[in-house]
Amino acid sequence: MAHEVHAYSEVHHEPKSFWTKYIFSQDAKIIGIQYLITAFVMGFIAMVLSWLMRLQLGFPGKAFPWLEKLLPNAAQGGILNQDFYLATVTMHGTIMIFFFITAAGTGGFSNFLIPLQIGARDMAFPFVNMLSYWVYLAACIVLVASFFVPGGPAGGGWTMYPPLSSTKEALMGSGWGATLWLIAMALFIVSTTMGSLNYITTVLNLRTRGMTMGRLPLTVWALFITAILGLLSFPVLFAAAVMLLLDRHLGTSFFTPYLVVSDKHIPHEGGNPILWQHLFWFLAHPEVYIAILPSMGITSEVLATNARKPIFGYRMMVASIAAIAFLSFIVWGHHMFVSGMNPMLGTAFMTTTLLIAVPSAIKTFNWLTTLWGGNLRFTTAMLFAIGFVSTFVTGGLTGIFLGNPPIDIQLHDTYFVVAHFHFVMGVSAVFGLFAGVYHWFPKMFGRMINETLGKLHFWLTFIGVYFVFFPMHYLGFLGVPRRYYAFDQYEFIPQALVHNINVVISIAAFLVGAAQLLFVLNFLWSVFKGPKADRNPWKANTLEWQAPSPPPHGNWGDELPVVYRWPYDYSVPGAPEDFIPQTVPPTPARVRGDGGDGGQQR
Amino acid sequence: MQWRRMMALVSSLSLAVGLSCAQSKKEAQIVKTGAAAGTATIKGVVKFQGTPLKPRMISMKQDKKCDALHKGKPVPSDEFVLNSNGTLKWVLVYVKNPPKGNYKPPSKPVVLDQKGCHYTPHVFGIMVGQPLEIFNSDGFLHNVHFIGKKNPQFNQAHPTSAVKIRKQFKSPELPPDSYFKCDVHPWMKAWVGIFDHPFFTVSGDDGSFTISGLPAGTYEIEAWHEKLGKQTQKVTVKAGETKTITFTFKR
Amino acid sequence: MPTQKRVGRIEGVLLPLLLVVLVIVAAVTVAFARHFGWWLRPLASEHGAAIDRLFVITLVITGLVFILVQSLLALFVFRYRGENGRRAIFYPDNPRLEITWTVIPAVILTALIVSGGRLWSRIQLTPPPPDAFAVEVWGQQFKWAIRYPGKDGKFGRTDMRLIMGDNPLGIDTKDPASKDDIFFPAGEGELHIPVGKPVVIYLRSKDVIHSFYVPQFRVKQDAVPGMVTRIWFVPTKKGTFEIACAELCGQGHYTMRGVLIVEDEAKVREWLAQQSTVADLIP
Repeated sequence: MAHEVHAYSEVHHEPKSFWTKYIFSQDAKIIGIQYLITAFVMGFIAMVLSWLMRLQLGFPGKAFPWLEKLLPNAAQGGILNQDFYLATVTMHGTIMIFFFITAAGTGGFSNFLIPLQIGARDMAFPFVNMLSYWVYLAACIVLVASFFVPGGPAGGGWTMYPPLSSTKEALMGSGWGATLWLIAMALFIVSTTMGSLNYITTVLNLRTRGMTMGRLPLTVWALFITAILGLLSFPVLFAAAVMLLLDRHLGTSFFTPYLVVSDKHIPHEGGNPILWQHLFWFLAHPEVYIAILPSMGITSEVLATNARKPIFGYRMMVASIAAIAFLSFIVWGHHMFVSGMNPMLGTAFMTTTLLIAVPSAIKTFNWLTTLWGGNLRFTTAMLFAIGFVSTFVTGGLTGIFLGNPPIDIQLHDTYFVVAHFHFVMGVSAVFGLFAGVYHWFPKMFGRMINETLGKLHFWLTFIGVYFVFFPMHYLGFLGVPRRYYAFDQYEFIPQALVHNINVVISIAAFLVGAAQLLFVLNFLWSVFKGPKADRNPWKANTLEWQAPSPPPHGNWGDELPVVYRWPYDYSVPGAPEDFIPQTVPPTPARVRGDGGDGGQQR
Repeated sequence: MQWRRMMALVSSLSLAVGLSCAQSKKEAQIVKTGAAAGTATIKGVVKFQGTPLKPRMISMKQDKKCDALHKGKPVPSDEFVLNSNGTLKWVLVYVKNPPKGNYKPPSKPVVLDQKGCHYTPHVFGIMVGQPLEIFNSDGFLHNVHFIGKKNPQFNQAHPTSAVKIRKQFKSPELPPDSYFKCDVHPWMKAWVGIFDHPFFTVSGDDGSFTISGLPAGTYEIEAWHEKLGKQTQKVTVKAGETKTITFTFKR
Repeated sequence: MPTQKRVGRIEGVLLPLLLVVLVIVAAVTVAFARHFGWWLRPLASEHGAAIDRLFVITLVITGLVFILVQSLLALFVFRYRGENGRRAIFYPDNPRLEITWTVIPAVILTALIVSGGRLWSRIQLTPPPPDAFAVEVWGQQFKWAIRYPGKDGKFGRTDMRLIMGDNPLGIDTKDPASKDDIFFPAGEGELHIPVGKPVVIYLRSKDVIHSFYVPQFRVKQDAVPGMVTRIWFVPTKKGTFEIACAELCGQGHYTMRGVLIVEDEAKVREWLAQQSTVADLIP
């Protein structure tokens, strides 16, 4: 793709004003950073919500006078009320999954990394790209605004199952709150769709000379396939959200049958609540992979760079991403084994669901083998990447229970599920994002982030999340249902034991949350005061490390980089250094090591 | 205007007596004592004839906390309470065609309590604009769900005894259109009559009722029971007179 | 370019140590979970035994993989922690190895799919025997209502539009099959079922989605408004059990408890005979 080779700087002028450079920027790098910062702010809000939740679950019935001062309408008497508890559950899930992890992973890293790593000057459609961010920001604002409307935010769970979410009589948050939730989600989908189109087009059309698909770093592969997933699945939720809005406001009956809610007859006719679940999960299962794939790509990149080894089994890594992406479209029914869906479908969905464990296993073993025989350099990013592998395995394995419908009968909607998805797509996805931020921080801001604080952040978070989520497996064994405000009604729940577990989880959750403040401080301090970074502080091979830190507008000056090799030529025998950037042409005279030729030719 | 004089009397009397009574019924009695000189009083009793309804027993087994309050025993429903003297409790009695006037609601609140997973009182009247205070003596989760046709519905969780919910109604409305229910404990129900005048009351443990402070005139007195329906009687009273009437519900 | 300071003394030891502690704690607590009382609630249904068996098999398999992978991770992090001047091994590929760890998980998962599929069809795809003891359970914010078919064994017709005051389930009193139905409004009754006999429960909902969950029976099924879902099982233990709602249904979700009593069939019939019927309750 050899366009724009001549005198780029003469034709394109870098925007000079603060507004066009940092606010209404059309530069993918700035948009990426805008996405990341907004997403992390949203993530912080969601984390505070989880604190409120854990306050109730760990210390039920205890009155906290300061809480009443903080939330006069949601915590009368200093105790979080039931409606607001459900709102925190719902908003925590919604924000974490969509507005934090998805936005940071796809919006943040796709924008920052794709043009840089494929040797492009920018995205294919910079204006659409800017629009994508601003629509995302609008979605965030609409969602956060729902905390201030009558009835409070949506409370029907992040899955928003109707009729609970469609009937304002059924739940406080199903009035204004649910409307705003649906509008925010529709905006978010518009934003992701614009983003995804851009990422796909850019990867397909704007690769620099020599950057074949087979030489793309695994980050770009992951982000590319994530974009395809998003483009194909998100519009389905858009349609469903519009249908739900029609049910709510214009009296249609897509999802809502005739109801009698608390003595009040609500004359819908013939709608089917399970239809929503099909449409929702048709998005929301691929969404799980939309959340995790960018982190998988980041992990692959960070592990290889810091193990000073090629990623093991590049082709299999790409193939397994593709296999996961394909299978993710035909597994959605495993969320619905006991929903009233035809049980025949259960068998089909079980088969596809358990099959998805195969590519996941390949990835895990390939990461392990990447570490094997390496010369590991424990940067903060590397620690988070290793942490990703650990938590991904812990969470992935429990998926084998839940994908098997007879076992799912018992475990469905218990704390076992909470443990499962927090490990596999919550914690591990966030670990991937942290690994990415720590790894590319020098490139983003031209300064090094403080590694000591970063590592402290890692240790506290890594130990903390195991204390938070591992005990939940046992709550699941005991059959403790999720989304319960308190557990004191039931005799089958051993009260003292469950209470003690909940206290431990809550305290650990507060500490993990506090540890994130370290990250915020470190980030802010390092952006302004960190030591200046070199072009390539990690001695990495991918193209972005050949650009200045931070890269200028247009990334490459006048000449686009030319690629001669794959991105994983680390520790090539005979080479003078333990890394060979992608821009280094092959030396015909060099002696190739045993089994090392594979890397040279890609 | 007459109502002004009356309300002045009411307020001065309340001050003098220093009552802290919460029931509008009692407010009405104060009106009576104060206004005895120029106004009439209608007294009466609600009788029952026939085979009484089997008292519906509510097993609260499905809610551990309620069940514990009643030591595991089923609790009779309030929907049909026959007093020992053969009269009916929980009958709402009110003047259907009140004398014209603009009646100022008393500032004393009516209290509705959630106690033992029951609403107390089971039937009550309240004036438009009069404060309603809802207590939760149980101290665990109830939700106060008001259902009405003319007044806006509200549904508010009431998780703790530390909080009193305060409400007011905007339009007059009569049961069975207007009532309270608790969705957490679906057997809990309280009926409310909402009036734009003070001439209403509820029959008590002896089945008797008193409506006072009426100017001379002819009135339709209506009695409503949740299971046995409505009855109406016409009564003509002169100034200062006290008349006694009897409602008899049959089954 | 400045030389990057090689780090790894602390991290290369501490991280493996944490992973080893994790593996040991996880293995011990899971192995002794039953002993600690952190285990599945004691079983009380016939089909539950097979579910529990599959659960244990899956737990053993995934447990071994968990131990293997986390230990390898610990080992590699410890063994290959960075040293200045050492070169990593250049090892980009090994198709044979990769095929191995594609095939082995595939085989294990196929075995799980087959056993899971067979059990699923036994539980869910086999219709209940015709003489099963039938009862209808309705979800409603935030308690369960119950209906028995009465002496004729037939449920009367219902229509949501008929729901009002005395008729909380919308039973059509014109249908002769409804006269002897026995019902309990939400929150007011107990669910009595016979021990050792197939019981089929038809689930319905008046308002939002609820889920009928009895942990000891290994039974969970959503109650969806607008349709009837069905589960059947054979209770094996007498006693009092609890129905929990397992699908978020509103602010009182966590209080949506029902009481379920398993006793001899004769006792259930005797109890049923004492209950009022539709003919008594709905004028």
